[in-house]
Amino acid sequence: MFYRLSGVHHADYVSDSRIYKVPADRNLAVFILVIGLAAPFIIPSLYLNSYILPWLIWSAAALGLNLVTGWAGQLHLGYAAVMAVGAYSAIHAARFGVPWEFALIIGGLASSVIGSLFAFAALRVKGLYLALTTLAMQFVMDWVLTHSPAITGGSHASLQSPTLALLGQPITSDAGYYYVAFGWCLMVTIFMLNLKRSALGRALVAVREKDYAAAILGVNSFYYKILAFATSSFIAGVSGALLVAAFFFLAAPEQFSVAVSIQVLAMVIVGGLGSIIGTYFGVALILLVPGIVNGIFATTSANLGLQVDVETLAHMPNAVYGALIVIILLIEPLGLGKLYGNIRDYLMIWPFDQFRK
Amino acid sequence: MDLIFLTELAINGALTGLLYSLFAIGLVLIYKASSVPNLAQGGLTMLAAYVVLALARDVGMPLWVAIPLAALLMFGLGFGIERVALRRLAGRPVIMILMMTLGLDIFLRGATLAIWGGTSRSVELGVGYDPLLLGDIFISRIHLVGAAVAIALFGAFLVFFRSRTGIKLRAIADDYMASWSVGISVERGVGLSWALASVVAVAAGVIWGEIQGVDQALSLLLLKGLTVAVLGGLDSILGAIIAGIILGIVENVGAEFLDPLVGGGSRELIVAAVLILTVMIRPHGLFGRHDIERV
Repeated sequence: MFYRLSGVHHADYVSDSRIYKVPADRNLAVFILVIGLAAPFIIPSLYLNSYILPWLIWSAAALGLNLVTGWAGQLHLGYAAVMAVGAYSAIHAARFGVPWEFALIIGGLASSVIGSLFAFAALRVKGLYLALTTLAMQFVMDWVLTHSPAITGGSHASLQSPTLALLGQPITSDAGYYYVAFGWCLMVTIFMLNLKRSALGRALVAVREKDYAAAILGVNSFYYKILAFATSSFIAGVSGALLVAAFFFLAAPEQFSVAVSIQVLAMVIVGGLGSIIGTYFGVALILLVPGIVNGIFATTSANLGLQVDVETLAHMPNAVYGALIVIILLIEPLGLGKLYGNIRDYLMIWPFDQFRK
Repeated sequence: MDLIFLTELAINGALTGLLYSLFAIGLVLIYKASSVPNLAQGGLTMLAAYVVLALARDVGMPLWVAIPLAALLMFGLGFGIERVALRRLAGRPVIMILMMTLGLDIFLRGATLAIWGGTSRSVELGVGYDPLLLGDIFISRIHLVGAAVAIALFGAFLVFFRSRTGIKLRAIADDYMASWSVGISVERGVGLSWALASVVAVAAGVIWGEIQGVDQALSLLLLKGLTVAVLGGLDSILGAIIAGIILGIVENVGAEFLDPLVGGGSRELIVAAVLILTVMIRPHGLFGRHDIERV
């Protein structure tokens, strides 16, 4: 079947508000889900754990930021600080003997509480000034983390994460870590997919578009802003905790510095504001491409017999990462999600597209 | 704590603050003309310092040739950045413009370090390191020079904004639609503001490079520069100078009292607190225009 809109007729509201309105989209999602479940058996564990696993956890985190920035329209430059709160709370709870399931939830709730503090800035200003305030809050949080030995052990210390265990099963295998990350990412994705078509999601979009107009429609913008910050912070907290528990195994303040906040925002914007599939692309691009480009650069220069400075190689990924942000914003300011959407829409009616004109 | 020590802290704080103003003027110039928050100023400052060093060390020019030449190169680069990156995003939401300048900042920093390496070097301006004695008060010579440069730049911009081109820039800052309709080339004006900000970055880069060495720490001035710019009211150069002095004094004196209490490093905290309080209490700053979008 080429024409994928064939036989798709929405005759009632229920069918029109499905997550996947077109069977082809649903089939693609099922296909990706199957690949995701089978990944530990088809992908070598080196790639699985050093590329796919961080990609999934960062995607979950970036989706959380997309909730507050893409859906609710609030700029947030302190996201890494919120992740840090969740990570440290969960690890301290786990070290205290709390089971990991509850430790993760404690981390998420602690993040929610701190993240809501950021929302109080959003109640007062918006746009650029909100970005600057959250940036300042990020610096405050960095300072608190590096200056409180009780939480982090000090500026150059790191905190060992206890072995992750869920439902009484200690998780030590590569496949186990992968499934934990996959499961969390799947949960967040399903939540975000449903958010789009729920009253909450529509209220957030209304607040984003114009808060006066939202207020006239009876949407309490203060309430929804705080709700957006709290929800996204919960996702951030659990993602931060999982990142430490399943990927870094050590928590250090540098892992949640201001540069990381900017990186997550870059993932969201390069991916596309308010786009779920775009977020996955954005995370992949920002997280993986600089390293790949650097690898290619190193091997080609070695093959050509050029002497490349060690420092050049060390700073190359940063230059590539910055250039990627600039280039994507120049090509398509709405992000990779929009590019994907364009291709999808073209293919959706592909052989018959000439009839539309 | 005696009065002389406090005065010394305040004076040195004010001088350091003027150096923050030097950095913040770059932000203000661009914000004034195009309402773009230029988060790439840190990267520009760092690049400028490296370009001066490259011309002085690697090419072997004397500093008095290298600095104007670097200023000329950065002037062109500023125009280029506006033409290539920012003009395409005109009219887009502020978050995309913010991200663009952040991306530029990351790119400039990465590219600079990839080309010239990250080891710290000094500019060697030839300003003595022995402090100046004013009665019982020690004053750092380089800070004094830097403060003088900041004041001089402020004076230069005061004159510049009375010239024909300067009046055009002011018109653009005031209302770019109206400027457009009376035949002012808004694009050229905005490009010029980027070019001027890049030239200011040369001054800031040289002075700060002399004080703390030319390395990637130069780009960390961004938070302080932003705080000064916001406190002064993002679109006022006079505001940037006065806010710089205020922030410098508050930071220097406050850190002296706070450091023993919290175990050092309270400068960042004070700066962040000033930024948060400014935005919460008076978002348009000391001298800014009042048309800031509030919730």
